[in-house]
Amino acid sequence: MDAILRTENLRVEFRARERGGAPKLALKNLNLSVRAGEIFGFLGPNGAGKTTTMNVLLGFVTPRSGNAFLFGVNVREPIARQRIGYLPELTYYYKFLTAEELLRFYARVFGIPPAETERRIDRLLKLVELDPARKQLIKTYSKGMQQRAGLAQALINNPDLLILDEPTSGLDPLGRMKVREIIQRLKDDGKTVFFSSHELGEVETVCDRVGIINQGELIAEGRVADLTREHHANLEQVFLKLIGYQPQAVA
Amino acid sequence: MNTSFALARVVIQELYRRKDFYVLFVLTAVITVVLGSANVFNDDKIVRYLKEICLLLIWVSSLVIAITTTARQIPAERESRTIFPLLAKPVTRGHVIAGKALGCWLATGLALVVFYVFFALVTCLREGQWPIAQYFQALWLQWMMLAVVVGMATLGSVVFSATSSNATICFVVVVGILLVGGHLNTVAMQQPEPASSLLYTLYFAIPHLEFYDVRDLVIHNQKLIGGLDCLLATLYAAVYTAFFLVAAWLVFRRKPLSA
Repeated sequence: MDAILRTENLRVEFRARERGGAPKLALKNLNLSVRAGEIFGFLGPNGAGKTTTMNVLLGFVTPRSGNAFLFGVNVREPIARQRIGYLPELTYYYKFLTAEELLRFYARVFGIPPAETERRIDRLLKLVELDPARKQLIKTYSKGMQQRAGLAQALINNPDLLILDEPTSGLDPLGRMKVREIIQRLKDDGKTVFFSSHELGEVETVCDRVGIINQGELIAEGRVADLTREHHANLEQVFLKLIGYQPQAVA
Repeated sequence: MNTSFALARVVIQELYRRKDFYVLFVLTAVITVVLGSANVFNDDKIVRYLKEICLLLIWVSSLVIAITTTARQIPAERESRTIFPLLAKPVTRGHVIAGKALGCWLATGLALVVFYVFFALVTCLREGQWPIAQYFQALWLQWMMLAVVVGMATLGSVVFSATSSNATICFVVVVGILLVGGHLNTVAMQQPEPASSLLYTLYFAIPHLEFYDVRDLVIHNQKLIGGLDCLLATLYAAVYTAFFLVAAWLVFRRKPLSA
């Protein structure tokens, strides 16, 4: 199958905060590929480079060297983002708008015709169970509702690839379950999902393949079943082993 | 273009959902009603003076709306991180600059129309004369001047991360130009070199916003400005606005953003 998300020797450096300090290497020659129709879990400890990778894919950060492609188009071209949906880790939406106004705004950005926009808004607000609250301002929503509004905006253009940055972070178990169900439904619809998460149980349940990143380097990539079989352990133990975690004895 | 219009629409929606616009409008309206309808000792000079104060108030209020609304747009997008889901769409940073500036300019125009209609109603009803063309020309030229101010504040909003510093600098620059911009050449003539050349350069480089102050048209019911002059003034404003917006885009397009 063709890779619809691909990075080639991606290298990202950030300037040192202090004067004269060495630049921080955030990604070291990262090579990734995600195939159409799969759910790919992107794992790593905090500061490993997951969000930086997403930032490059979304064009927020320019790599020092290497390239990233979405659907074969370099991410530096805005058109590369025509067929993707993005859900950030936290809810960053215009709080003075209602959910349906927010979706209408993003639909306009994609140039979706008004009649089709209204159809999609109805369908998406039902999918994320926000239909009864569609006319309420987003600032009155709970965190779980805001996250679901975020998921709806990520789907407004009927994307082929979804990039989700810790989509269940900070949600209660019910909220997490709802988001997981939606991801599963998207997979059933043939969408590709690339998502980062710290919830390894969730990743094990939902993902077809995972990539583990540590200190800017991809240290493992493969099917969840293959990784767990190879290391004779569950995904959490595999993850901890690969990032070099040493359990300390409690005195 | 659709993207920029969509962004502009959100800016206008934000303006009318915020309370500060209404506070400013009510304040301006109350003062306009009081001053605009006053007829002190049937003295025309005093009435004209009061009209001048009302128009000055409209100038100040519209400047406040233009500068504060524009100055906060991009810093607020970055602070509340709404810029990230936006730029994750096929939206360029040029679209963001154009959309925000357009929205602020249209929103300011909307506020200006409300202020002028209100002022015209109050004064024309009292005087029994309806010099609509004069009012329209004054409004149009002020709106063109505000386009330059919006462009300037947009550039400031990508250079300064704090809204307050941008707004303060913009106010100082705009008020400075309005008060002394037209006299710089006279001052330059009286200065020794190199101060004289520097002042002349400044005189020719700055946008002369004072050209757009045609309040006398309304206050003294003067005859209309020629169509060609109006057109040239509009083009002059368009050139400066475009210059500021291109500069803003050049600064913003390479700015690293980290979600």
